[in-house]
Amino acid sequence: MADYKIDDYVDITDVVCPVTFVKAKIAIEELETGQILSVHMNGGEPVQNVPRSMKEEGHKVLKLNKNDDGTFDLIVEKGEE
Amino acid sequence: MAFSNEQIERYSRHIILKEVGAKGQKKLLNSSVLIIGAGGLGAPAAMYLAAAGVGTIGIADADEVDLSNLQRQIIHATKDVGKAKVLSAKETMEEMNPDVKVNTYRTFVASDNIMDLIKDYDFIIDGTDNFPAKFLINDACVMAKKPFSHAGIIRFQGQLMTYVPGEGPCYRCIFRDPPPKDAVPTCKQAGVIGAMGGVIGSLQAMEAIKYILGVGDLLTGYLLTYDALKMEFRKIKLPKEVKDCAVCGENPTITELIDYEQAECDGVL
Repeated sequence: MADYKIDDYVDITDVVCPVTFVKAKIAIEELETGQILSVHMNGGEPVQNVPRSMKEEGHKVLKLNKNDDGTFDLIVEKGEE
Repeated sequence: MAFSNEQIERYSRHIILKEVGAKGQKKLLNSSVLIIGAGGLGAPAAMYLAAAGVGTIGIADADEVDLSNLQRQIIHATKDVGKAKVLSAKETMEEMNPDVKVNTYRTFVASDNIMDLIKDYDFIIDGTDNFPAKFLINDACVMAKKPFSHAGIIRFQGQLMTYVPGEGPCYRCIFRDPPPKDAVPTCKQAGVIGAMGGVIGSLQAMEAIKYILGVGDLLTGYLLTYDALKMEFRKIKLPKEVKDCAVCGENPTITELIDYEQAECDGVL
């Protein structure tokens, strides 16, 4: 995570599909193109779906870090609007 | 304005859509739509707009709920018979979505109140059941430069078109004048399938939502007709402009609103 300058952070570990992606989407909509969002999520369904959905929306997935507690941090760069 | 967790969940199926997103949902929450007529068309239109989170919805109607309305006016329930339609509609919308502020106007539209009614709204829905009101709404929206959705339903048929100032013909461009009073079937003679209000009123809500979001193509310059028995939709291309239209043409002859005389009972909405 230290590799990137994180502009904003959102925690989606407290919600389930599809609100996981919705919360991440709302957070990235607030950013400018090129800015970086870190999304804190649970393993399983969110890890399978949220990175893919972010790509489909035109954003760039930079990195997916696995944490010791089984959660993940997805580092996404906002694409063109 | 940030969304509450409840709003994120409530509007999640909107926000997921590329064409809506958080920005689009905020547009809806900050928008206002006036629905004229809380009947067959107004009921589904009002309910879908309330559910969608259109932040301010105005509803105008002078009538009370009658038992014979309930076959199609799904915003009202049996317990509401005798109640003002605008009040019954407001209660249903507020129960559906507490984010929505509902303004009620217990009146029929007329030349002396319509400009005041429409002035604060972004989009107008004509859900009325008679030609005098339809021409009045058209002329008022042309004069006030307000976009609106026209619709009408009878028996197994429905139609709608959308007027946006400067983007296509108005209702009067196409239909010119109200028909003679005796040419119009009365309620008792005509009848309407309840679901017709659902089909056409929902399309009106869709036009309002697309207009607010600024996405897709509206029914400007087109008349959409629906024949339920033949199960046919027809999208009829209309002239881009009608130069001799009495209200929006080059030399308008209608510069003041007209209260046409109404047949005793000329509609079924």
